[in-house]
Amino acid sequence: MTSALAVSHLSHSYGPRKALDDVSFTVAPGSFTVLLGLNGAGKSTLFSLVTRLYAACEGRIDIFGHDVMREPGAALRRLGVVFQSRTLDLELSLMQNLSYHAALHGIGPLEARRLGKQALERAGLEDRSGEKARALSGGQMRRLEIVRALMHGPKLLLLDEPTVGLDIKARADLLALVRRLVREEGLGVLWTTHLIDEIEAEDHVVILHQGKALADDTAAAIIAAQGAADIGAAFGAVTGGAP
Amino acid sequence: MSSVETDPGFTLRQYAICLSGVVGREGLRFLHQRERFVSALVRPLVWLFIFAAGFRQVLGVSIIPPYETYVLYEVYITPGLMAMIQLFNGMQSSLSMVYDREMGNMRSLLVSPFPRWFLLGSKLFAGVAVSILQVYAYLAIAFFWEIEPPTRWGYLTVLPALALSGLMLGALGMLLSSAIRQLENFAGVMNFVIFPMFFASSALYPLWKVKESSPWLYYFCEANPFTHAVELIRFAFHQQVAVESLAAVAAYTTVFLVGAIIAYDPARGMLTRKGG
Repeated sequence: MTSALAVSHLSHSYGPRKALDDVSFTVAPGSFTVLLGLNGAGKSTLFSLVTRLYAACEGRIDIFGHDVMREPGAALRRLGVVFQSRTLDLELSLMQNLSYHAALHGIGPLEARRLGKQALERAGLEDRSGEKARALSGGQMRRLEIVRALMHGPKLLLLDEPTVGLDIKARADLLALVRRLVREEGLGVLWTTHLIDEIEAEDHVVILHQGKALADDTAAAIIAAQGAADIGAAFGAVTGGAP
Repeated sequence: MSSVETDPGFTLRQYAICLSGVVGREGLRFLHQRERFVSALVRPLVWLFIFAAGFRQVLGVSIIPPYETYVLYEVYITPGLMAMIQLFNGMQSSLSMVYDREMGNMRSLLVSPFPRWFLLGSKLFAGVAVSILQVYAYLAIAFFWEIEPPTRWGYLTVLPALALSGLMLGALGMLLSSAIRQLENFAGVMNFVIFPMFFASSALYPLWKVKESSPWLYYFCEANPFTHAVELIRFAFHQQVAVESLAAVAAYTTVFLVGAIIAYDPARGMLTRKGG
């Protein structure tokens, strides 16, 4: 089966500083993959390369078999993205935000309205369609960003540290929403984080440290291979004592 | 591996949907920022009513094309003020691009599957449309002070000139936005771009006057893209074509546009150096 995301031998430098060093991993369709790493591990660089903000120095990225650099249109239309920084237009209403996203994917106004309603229902915000995005709480904004990213029907969803700045309940709600999408809709998810408590035993985990992928397996297998008690200890062992 | 799904690409209609989405968003944002609209109008009006009124005695303007008689100083500077509106608007939209980039909105635009040149072009088009609206609002007020083209057709013939000059100044803003790392650096750009462009141009005084005092400054003014935008608008407002300025504006637009597209190109662009 074609991988939802295939990263092969990816390297990238900012001048002399190497941000990514020969990183390879895949995200299978319908799987929840965690990209685990400390701040500065290279997660954001990887994210920028997959979303084609800029091109990698070396290596290749495929989204459902489409090379991001050679066929950017085909690759990007199969991809939904939730960036770490908020990307909602706070002055616009929820529905206007959703319609704008739909237009950026070539979806006409009528269809956009239908998909917009559906998205609001999914996020549990159906009665707030006309309100300005400014009125939402942090957790609600994140939920809206997730359902917005799925409006054009991608089968791969990328989330860059989506729980940063959220309280415990909002974090749990968000994780539950995304895990449900994986389970029920067969979505492939790449979830970047530095928070180990967001990981479950059967999740596929890629540990990124100082630009290198040091582990690539299920959380349970990584824990077993390190003889560690939990994923936190296994992460410490793999990265040579990093907390 | 199973076979890869082929990609149908986008239809023309979908391109149109994307363009109208970007223009619509820009329009909505503009409506929500009323103070931006008001300040865009007040700025040239202050120049018109205060500066021009004070200086009309000092700066006599002789008969130069496209004018066929002596004109009031207010009439002379009106095209310059129209271009000034567009200059500020171009810089404002580049400011909003830097802001969008810092806040992440730019990334949600750039992650759209449409070609990047088309996305940037749509954004530019949206900015130009807004600037033209502002210029006509200014002209509507100026009309009551008897500043108007020789015939009403002038309002129509100036439109393509405004579109082209707006495009040039918008593309310049976009090019600058790619080079600015952070919002704080933007004030410097305002000083080093807006003021020299505006003052070293034919907006406030005809260039022959400049030549009398400093030939070097005259050459600088002649090369200034803003001078050509002003002259293009001035002649179009009088239902004439300033051929040389038209060529210059078209050439500068091409250079700025290609520069901006390269700067935002993932493989070659400036964004790479900014880290992630």
